[in-house]
Amino acid sequence: MLAARYITTDKLVPWLLSLSESRLVLAPIRKGGQTVFQPLEADSELDLDGLATSSPKAALLPRCETLLEFHYSKGEEAPSRTSVEVRETLHDQPTFLFGARPCDVRGFTVFDRVYDAGSKRDIYYCTRRDNTLVASLACTDPAETCFCHRVGGGPGDSTGADLLFTFIGDGYVVEAVTDRGNDFLLSQTLHDAGDRVETALKTREAVKAAMPEGEPLLGAPEQVNKLFDDQPFWEDVSAKCLSCGACSYLCPTCYCFNMTDEMHGNDGVRVRTWDNCMSFQFTLEGSGHNPRAAKAQRMRNRIGHKFNYYPALHDGNLACVGCGRCISHCPVSMDVREIVSKAQTRAMAEEEQIND
Amino acid sequence: MASPIEELKTAIRQALPDLDMVIAWTAGPDSLSHTPLFITDAADIERIEWDSRCSQNLAGYLTSLRGKKVGIVAKGCDARTIVELLQEKLIDREDVTIFGLHCQGAVDARKVRTELKVGRGVQGVTIDGGAASFAVNGETQTARLGQVLQEKCFRCTGADAEVCDHFIGEHGQPPQVDDAPVSTLDMLEAMGMEDRLHFWEDQMTKCIRCYACRSACPLCVCQDHCAAQSRDPHWVDQTDHPREKLMFQALHALHTAGRCTECGECERACPMDLPIMTLKQALNRQIKDIFDYQAGTDPDKTPPLFQFREEEEHIKERKW
Repeated sequence: MLAARYITTDKLVPWLLSLSESRLVLAPIRKGGQTVFQPLEADSELDLDGLATSSPKAALLPRCETLLEFHYSKGEEAPSRTSVEVRETLHDQPTFLFGARPCDVRGFTVFDRVYDAGSKRDIYYCTRRDNTLVASLACTDPAETCFCHRVGGGPGDSTGADLLFTFIGDGYVVEAVTDRGNDFLLSQTLHDAGDRVETALKTREAVKAAMPEGEPLLGAPEQVNKLFDDQPFWEDVSAKCLSCGACSYLCPTCYCFNMTDEMHGNDGVRVRTWDNCMSFQFTLEGSGHNPRAAKAQRMRNRIGHKFNYYPALHDGNLACVGCGRCISHCPVSMDVREIVSKAQTRAMAEEEQIND
Repeated sequence: MASPIEELKTAIRQALPDLDMVIAWTAGPDSLSHTPLFITDAADIERIEWDSRCSQNLAGYLTSLRGKKVGIVAKGCDARTIVELLQEKLIDREDVTIFGLHCQGAVDARKVRTELKVGRGVQGVTIDGGAASFAVNGETQTARLGQVLQEKCFRCTGADAEVCDHFIGEHGQPPQVDDAPVSTLDMLEAMGMEDRLHFWEDQMTKCIRCYACRSACPLCVCQDHCAAQSRDPHWVDQTDHPREKLMFQALHALHTAGRCTECGECERACPMDLPIMTLKQALNRQIKDIFDYQAGTDPDKTPPLFQFREEEEHIKERKW
């Protein structure tokens, strides 16, 4: 039996601040008009009302991560010879990620299958993942743009988390999901949850039941695949797209990156930064050729990656968790649900035509 | 008399057979966001929406559709963008059919969510006098304009599309706002240089480098050759330092100096809510002072930085 504890609302921030004495505590904090995951400080304005503007993926995949630092120096005896010193940089600070939503945390499992896959183990990602305890907060008020329940998740889903917090009116029930979450919870002086666990469960079920019905977007892989050569379809669904990167950068599952060496004098850093498939430079080859030169082809890649190529490689798991940020923050209000639904309808129509 | 939206639909219905497409707005994925609609089929005309949720400046699409016969629905500020694009010969007047509107002001969906706590179920938005009202699930909620309008609307220089082929509805004045908040530009100009830099560096920590500001800017025409991602020349590096991000904003602002019509798309598109139109407004103030010029007002004028005059009226270099 995994541990379950309870903490009243007024004790939450003091408890989190006490945790921050021994580790980095990342939480959704109001900054200007937006909510972003930042280190919690005494004067921070914690915002647990809705989905944060940007997902907490930067906790595991920073916008810009220094992979190594290097320094060039000239040899004293033979100045024409240059030597380079390289220093590894690995971030292993213990971190407590608080207040991530179930969709965001499910997104971490999308990364895990890519960055922690046997021989292809990315030490930068894995070091952060191993050092980060993930506490998610069940949703009680999903937005109009939320669709986690259509892509295999749910407002109370605990996939990918170590702890699950559920708000039940005057405080939070905290349930351990993993063994390390359990060990952590047992070491904390929080109240025992008792029968509040039942209330938390009912709260989560009620929220899920209240979400509007919508066709599942799970059956999409084969259908999206069938449309690969359907250029008019992709041109139609991407017509209004501005080809910016807001959707990718706010997405809790987008993990593509770029690597560059940034030098100042003889010192430099090799950095890994977020990349985005809506950008022309994304697959621009050294020759100057770009296999995805048009916006429609880039959109096909974005939808294809999430609903076709990724699930084909990873046991049917989609690379979309339904957080809806790509919809709510798109400058032109593109709707990924609409695109995938259209793809499903179109592929089915084509199939019927063949069968007729 | 038909309502503006019905009049608009009728005008588009009549014009569509001679056009490749008409760009208008339709209901978006949530109650506070309308979204562009590319009409090629007359049946889609019924889907057109027109109220204060129609924020986006559709003129941004025109340059990429050059060569096609395009109809476009435009508010006052959008029409100024079209004027600028015409001046710069980025679009051809004979290919563009403008359905001009009188704009009551556009609401800022983020402000409505935070100020009014209204997020869903909005069926209509009306602006009348100094107030905005929202039809929400059969009830009406009201707000002062100062609470809910977009920043650009507080300083609107003309709510009617001045240059157009069909004007829809009645001409009118910009929204009357008694309680507009102090603009970021005024706030910054009252500060010292150090504090201004600190302000921007703090803001830029939020920037995620998505470049939605650039992609949404109707005057950003370098397209796939943007300095932001170029390695050669290497103006901006890819590290996460606020100064690198600010460097890009400075490049963007300088690039649009004397061209920017303050349509506000850069700021509206920014998912992190950075007040980046302020940088363009600051340069526009300078352009106004030096050249007595305002972008987007006269299709026959040439933007000041597009021309060379031996002696500028306000720059007395021979007398220095």
